[in-house]
This record gives sequence, C-alpha cells and structure tokens, in this order.
Amino acid sequence: MNSITQRENQALGAAVLELDVNNHAGVMSHVVGLFSRRAFNVEGILVMPVGDGAASRIWLLVNEDARLDQMIRQLEKLEDVLAVRRHGADHAVFERLEEFFR
Amino acid sequence: MSSDQTETLSGAQIVVRLLERQGVRIVTGIPGGAILPVYDALSQSTQISHVLARHEQGAGFIAQGMARVSGQPAVCLSCSGPGATNLLTAIADAKLDSIPLIAITGQVPTAMIGTDAFQEVDTYGLSIPITKHNFLVASAGELLEVIPRAFRLAVSGRPGPVLIDIPKDVQNQRIEVSTWPQPGVAAAVAPPAADLMARAAAMIAAAEKPILYLGGGVVHSGAARQAVELAEKASLPTVMTLMGLGTMPVDHALSLGMLGMHGARYTNLLLDECDLLIAVGARFDDRATGKVATFCPHAKVIHIDIDRSELDKVKTAHIGVTGDVKACLDQLLLRVKATLRESWLSRVAEVKAAQPLRTPGIGNPRTSYGLIDAVASCLDDEATITTDVGQHQMFVAQTYPLRRPRQWLTSGGLGTMGFGLPAAIGAALAEPQRTVVCFSGDGSILMNIQELATAAELDVNVKVVLMNNGSLGLVTQQQTMFYGERVFASKYQTGPDFVRIAEGFGWRTLDLNHVEEPLAALRTALGTRGPVLIHARIEEGEQVLPMVAPGASNKDMIGG
Ligand SMILES: Cc1ncc(C[n+]2csc(CCOP(=O)(O)OP(=O)(O)O)c2C)c(N)n1
Repeated sequence: MNSITQRENQALGAAVLELDVNNHAGVMSHVVGLFSRRAFNVEGILVMPVGDGAASRIWLLVNEDARLDQMIRQLEKLEDVLAVRRHGADHAVFERLEEFFR
Repeated sequence: MSSDQTETLSGAQIVVRLLERQGVRIVTGIPGGAILPVYDALSQSTQISHVLARHEQGAGFIAQGMARVSGQPAVCLSCSGPGATNLLTAIADAKLDSIPLIAITGQVPTAMIGTDAFQEVDTYGLSIPITKHNFLVASAGELLEVIPRAFRLAVSGRPGPVLIDIPKDVQNQRIEVSTWPQPGVAAAVAPPAADLMARAAAMIAAAEKPILYLGGGVVHSGAARQAVELAEKASLPTVMTLMGLGTMPVDHALSLGMLGMHGARYTNLLLDECDLLIAVGARFDDRATGKVATFCPHAKVIHIDIDRSELDKVKTAHIGVTGDVKACLDQLLLRVKATLRESWLSRVAEVKAAQPLRTPGIGNPRTSYGLIDAVASCLDDEATITTDVGQHQMFVAQTYPLRRPRQWLTSGGLGTMGFGLPAAIGAALAEPQRTVVCFSGDGSILMNIQELATAAELDVNVKVVLMNNGSLGLVTQQQTMFYGERVFASKYQTGPDFVRIAEGFGWRTLDLNHVEEPLAALRTALGTRGPVLIHARIEEGEQVLPMVAPGASNKDMIGG
C-alpha cells in the first residue's frame, strides 16, 4: 500500500475528519503522531474547545489514502479521542477558512 | 470511592497506597533524584517489596516477565532523564507484544519542565508512540484518578503499557485524602455480534481445508482451552504464531506448529493449500505471513480480534469479528457441528510426513537442536521458558515441546536482544515454584548481563542456557544467505569467559564442553535450585532452517 504515489493520492481526493477529544496538553501530539509516523501529511488542522472546555473539537484536512480507514480505527483507539466522524473534502469548515490564507 | 478517615499524604505516599490497593506486591526499578520521594514512601510499605535491577531496561523486562506469566499488570520505576530513556526499550517491547506494563517515572519539578533542567527529558513526548496511553501528572490529587485508570487501561481490551510521568513537586505535594478510588480493573468487552458468529460457524462448516491460526491474543484472553476444543470439534489443523506458542500443545495431533519465516515446510505448504483461515488473536505480522499477497492465496479469512483496528489492516477478512477471543470461541463452540474432515486430515498427515521439520544433530547435546532437546528431556511442563533473540530463539520456537499458555516468554514484535534474562527473573519472582530456563546467545546475553547480579541477590530459580556460537548468528546467517556471503560485523574476534563472569556474579555454572556426560550434568544443573548458568559451545555457522527471505512468499522456503 505504501507504493501509492503522491499523485495517486491526490487523485483520490481529500477528506475532512472531525474529532471530539479531551481538552488537555498532550492530545494534539497523540493525534498528529499517528499521521506523522506514516509520513502522512495533514493538510489542515483546526482546534477549538467546545462547551465548558473539558472537550475540544479537532478538524483535520487529509488526503484520501488507502490507509485512511485503518488510521481512523487507530484514532478511535486513542484514550483521549471520544469520537471520529468522516466528511467529504467539500465540508464547509476549511472552505470558509480559505480567505485567511490568501 | 470508598471512605476512610481523612489523612494528609504526599503525592508519593498516594502513589504507594494506590499501588497497594491495586494488589501490587513487587515493583522493580532503580532510584534516582526525581523519583526519590516515591522511593521514600515505598520504603515504608509493608505490602510491596522492591526489586533493585542493575539497569532500567532490566527493571522493565523483569516487570514484563511478571506480567507475561501472570497476565496481571506489573510495575517498574525509574528516575527522570536517563532512567526514563533506559526504560523505553522495555516499554516499546511491551507495546508490540501487548503486555500490561505500568511504568512510573520521576520528572523534574513542574516549574522546571522545558528548561533543560538536570536530567530532564520529555518522557511524555518520547513515550507517546510506544505506549497504549501516557500521563504527565499535574497535581497530587490527579494521582487518585490517573493511577487506577492506568491499571484499567493496561488490562482492558488489548493489553499494553501505560506510562505515568510524575514531577517531583507533585510527589511532594501534600493533600488531604478522605476517599479512595476503586482499583482499576479490566473493562467489560461487548459480546461478539451474534450474526457474525453464526456466519463464521457456517463458513467453517462449508470449508473443506480449514486451518486455525492462533496468536498471542489467545494467551492474553485465557482462551487456550477453547481454541483447542474448537480445533478438535471442527477438525481444524492449527498453526500458531511465535506469540501463540503453547496455546495448543505442539504434540497435539492437530498442531502444525509455528508458521512463517522459520516455520516447518509442511506448516507453510499446508497454509498455501487451505481454503479457510480462521485467525484468532493474531495480527498477520510480516514474519508470520511472508509476502501478504501470496499468503493463503486460496483461503477465505475469518479474523477474530479484540482490537478492531487489526481487522482488515494487513489482509481483508471475509468475516471480521471484534470481540474478546474467549467469548468469541465460546460462541463458535456452541455453533459449530462436530465434524471429522477425513480427507483434509489425511492430506495434512501426508504433507507432514513428506515435508517434516529437519532437526540435524538432535541426538547430540552439543548441537543447538540436541541441546534444546536434552534440556526439555530434563524438565516437565511446569517449567517456564524464555529466550533472547536470534537463531537460538528460533531453534527453541521450532522444537521445544511447549504445552501450556504462558509457558513461553519471548520478545516477538520488537525482537529485543537482552529480553531473556530479566524476563526470566520476573517470571521466577511471580511464580517461584517453577524452574525458569532462559535460552540465550553470546550476543544477546551481553545486552543485559548486569542482571546476573539481580538474580544472584534474589536467588531466583533461573537457569541460563547460553548457546555460544562466537557470533551474532542470525545476522551471520542472513549475510550468508542474502548478502553474497559477505559476513561483516557479526563475528566476534574475542569472546569473554562467560563461565568465569557468571561465577564472578555469584552464579553456579556448568560448562557442557568440559564434562564427560553432558546429559547427566545437565540434569543435575537444571535440578539445582537457584541461578545456574549452563554454557555450551555451539558450532559456528549453523543455520536455522527453513527460512523465508524477508518479503518473499512463505511457500518459497530455503533449506530445511
Ligand atoms: C537490541 C537488538 N539489537 C540488534 C538486533 C538485531 N539482531 C537480531 S538477531 C541478532 C544476533 C543475535 O546474536 P546471539 O544473541 O548471539 O544469538 P544467535 O543468533 O547467535 O543465536 C542481532 C544482532 C536485535 N534483534 N536486538
């Protein structure tokens, strides 16, 4: 599976992941580490606390990849990850942000 | 929460009290600055004894030895900085073999974190990818939640290591404690989906050439009896992974022994023929499967595992079941019909007879196979066997008559040289009634040789069988087979006098090359209580065969 090239990756398109997590200092490292150890680039990251601040929501923009299903299962295994939802690349959260990156 | 009278306690005292409440009776470790408050509190405990290792990696593997034979979480301690980094290999090893290990590390005071203080490393950051979960504790009060949770995590679902990093000021912080949390225990696992179990049973019934494939998860789940019963009821020839050895006695009529890189020819060839593979608590490791695309090419796959992220990771299953292996096997046992697969079993017998495991020299205790056989003949199934990593490990895995789960302790996933001796010490501490034998090589033994001192001090019933071939044998073998015989950096120009070294550490010794009657001498040495080193010179250049080249198909075995 590692033989999938960058170009093939892009052809597969992107996905947006929405994670509910406990809000504390180590969570980002746990989440991002799962991607970086595979040299899997996270294209976009957005995090804000929700509700009373005990939990946060992380939005990730990632490339679709044959490994993504398994990585989502591994994300779900992380103790501080409460839920993972998968959306298409057209999800509004990153689209609306684009104006800040011009 | 249970209520007592209110006490004022330090974080360190809370740690010790919580460990006591967890039922921990032995911890291992080495003290140093940032963990000294915990050690001071530990010195006052009447319930917990401390095993002073000689290197933190040794402490980690001693704890692993205890955890591997008992299935219960075991605890190791270290100071910050170098103590913590020395523990990392043992923690990573526990991660890859799913062993419940609790590592408690001291950290520099909270206010100094991030300043490159003396003996400061980012233990939390370093341990993220090699633990199931980890904690950096912010207050003494938090310990009341973190410690039971760490124990729960270590044993719940798929077991694994948990690290708790505790800054020194948190250990010293005094708080009032009036109620204590319940000890952390394994969380309940949801029962397997009934429809999947029914489909799995139907698939087993419909198969003509099924093979059962047992991994370490069967050991962790305590499901060896169910696995053997299922094999017997449904007529399933059975292979085991390196981690699964012992779940079915190797001399059981249905056992095909270990599969994979150093499996017997018949084992890998029969897998090549099977039309159904029932993987139970196994994760399709590359050492087991060889080239995945050609592993069991004709087989449908049923995959049962407690960890959903293992399903479809390497090989897509036709039926993937998430659940506790024991509960799943119980379900299957209710649903499969008693079957006798005469033609498949006779085909199995035929291939077994035609393509056996060759064990040259087995009659001669001065060869690897012969020595392992001789050792086994002096022991019964009560003995526990550990190994280091290399040819000797594979020779033992191929031929030692393992017959019970948790009899066999080996570093499977990480393949860590230096595992064998400290793991044997831990096994002997946890089960002092047993004889624990560590098969090691002259390369591996040097990686944790300092633990000879720990073993001597504790007078544990550990025998080291040192198979000395003057080389890093498995490396020499790979260079010979796959690198044009360019044997480089894998032969020792000189070797130490292991017998004198062991004697210097206070061990009794036997040099098998210097006795007339090796078998009788071996019997006496293995029957002597306390630590004994048995040194055996093995011919250089022996090869462990058959062998599948890394990345090749299992059916393309070399030699054997
Ligand atoms: C810590 C560690 N370093 C390096 C290796 C790579 N390695 C695998 S087997 C081996 C040789 C082991 O030699 P020895 O213990 O003498 O056993 P033998 O193969 O000779 O039986 C080496 C260097 C390893 N598995 N673990």
